[in-house]
Amino acid sequence: MTAMLNVRDLRAYYGQVQALHGLSFALNEGSLTTLLGANGAGKTTTLRAICNMVRSTGAIEFEGKPLSGRSTENVVRLGIAHVPQGRGTFTTMTVEENLQLGAITRTDKKNIVSDIERMYAHFPVLKERHTQQAGTLSGGEQQMLAVARALMLRPRLMLLDEPSFGLAPLIVRDLFKILGKINREDKVTILVVEQNAQLALELADQAYVIETGRIVMSGDAKDIATNEDVRKSYLGY
Amino acid sequence: MELFTNQVLAGIATGAIYACMALAVVMIYQAIDHLNFAQGEMAMFSTFMSWQMMQWGVPYWGAFILTLALSFIGGIAIERLLFKPLAKAPVLTNVAGFIALYAIVNSVAGLIWDFTIKQYPTPFGSSPFLGSQLISTHQAGMIGITLLMLVLLFVFFRFTRVGLAMRAAASLPESARLVGINTSWMIALGWGMAAAIGSVAGMMIAPVVFLEPNMMLGVLIYGFAAAVLGGLTSPFGAVMGGFLVGIFENLVGTYIPGVGNELKLPIALALIITVLVVKPAGLFGRPIVKRV
Repeated sequence: MTAMLNVRDLRAYYGQVQALHGLSFALNEGSLTTLLGANGAGKTTTLRAICNMVRSTGAIEFEGKPLSGRSTENVVRLGIAHVPQGRGTFTTMTVEENLQLGAITRTDKKNIVSDIERMYAHFPVLKERHTQQAGTLSGGEQQMLAVARALMLRPRLMLLDEPSFGLAPLIVRDLFKILGKINREDKVTILVVEQNAQLALELADQAYVIETGRIVMSGDAKDIATNEDVRKSYLGY
Repeated sequence: MELFTNQVLAGIATGAIYACMALAVVMIYQAIDHLNFAQGEMAMFSTFMSWQMMQWGVPYWGAFILTLALSFIGGIAIERLLFKPLAKAPVLTNVAGFIALYAIVNSVAGLIWDFTIKQYPTPFGSSPFLGSQLISTHQAGMIGITLLMLVLLFVFFRFTRVGLAMRAAASLPESARLVGINTSWMIALGWGMAAAIGSVAGMMIAPVVFLEPNMMLGVLIYGFAAAVLGGLTSPFGAVMGGFLVGIFENLVGTYIPGVGNELKLPIALALIITVLVVKPAGLFGRPIVKRV
């Protein structure tokens, strides 16, 4: 398998403060990878650096194309969908408008309508509420909307920043089930950043553990989940 | 009663112009969070351009359309050259930029066309509208053109993809970039549209206030009053505010003794202050709430 996303020696800065200290990792095409770590380890910054939303140095290549120097919107146009922390929902717009916005860069207009229907099949609750303002949705529904909006891009790679944040455990299970299905059926490569390590390791096939801006552990999700030392020292469960 | 109806209708007519100015101001405010003090001068300059074309023999509606297009391009050019570089600058830097733009446009217009007042034609004539003494055909035309423009804008923002993208970019720039919207160009587009809307206001009000470089000063203050009254975050509110301010101004000028024409403008300013104190978000605006 070839690496779809290749990150080498990534360093990121917020003003004078360095948040990432030479991070390197790779995602295989079709994989579902999780990036784990404690608060402030640099997980969100890593995702933001891929989309050029934070000042960074190092090399990031997506399907052989370097991403440095591209604006955020041009990174997205390559087929990288990013579900940010806090979901980034357009709260004053309707559910359906949010989905249309996900597909705003696509030129195949006639397929957009059927894709919206597909999203409604994945997430029936969104269909029920398609004319409602997105801000009136519950947290779990908004997270589903955020995932659906990202999928409307027909992405090759989807980045998710703590999708479980603030959600009830049952809803998180549902959501992760859907992510697994999307990964298998729609062949979308997924990188999910999580604090909920246990659940993320069940879902993923690859895992990286990050601590203070460095990768400290990588391997099969199964191995990491069963390695007691790793669990105790880095994942805290 | 006839005086009252007459004043209300006349208020709606000038209110339509205030609505246009308020809408232009709100469009830029939504995109970059600053009030464009030069909005009126840009509209004045556009109006002079249309006048010049008519002097050269271009028929009214030809000049009207050409001016709309040129104003649109001009608005984009101003954003690209002046305000895009200032995007991350502090508020006061931007304010200085707007005031500089105001002064430059005003002086350049005076330099090219001098400061004497000029007649400006109306395509609607100024006879009584439908034989009624209540309102003139030009006033009816002003209302009609404004309403037509508002409907077109509504359709654009509600039903087109570019309109949707512009709304997204204005409401949440970061999320908009994450769905692939080039928010920087959406801001430029907003400037272009604001300039075009302002030019319509200028060309419609010019037959009433006459054409000269300072013609839009009062109109812009009323436009600001309208935008503040309706709420700077709400285009719909801005338009409603425009009509309300127009009616309010006329009724106060007519019924409150001693106000007359001289004191109308201070009333607009008093209205701005009152609204800001009593209801800072305006009648239709959303109060800014931040989660902590």
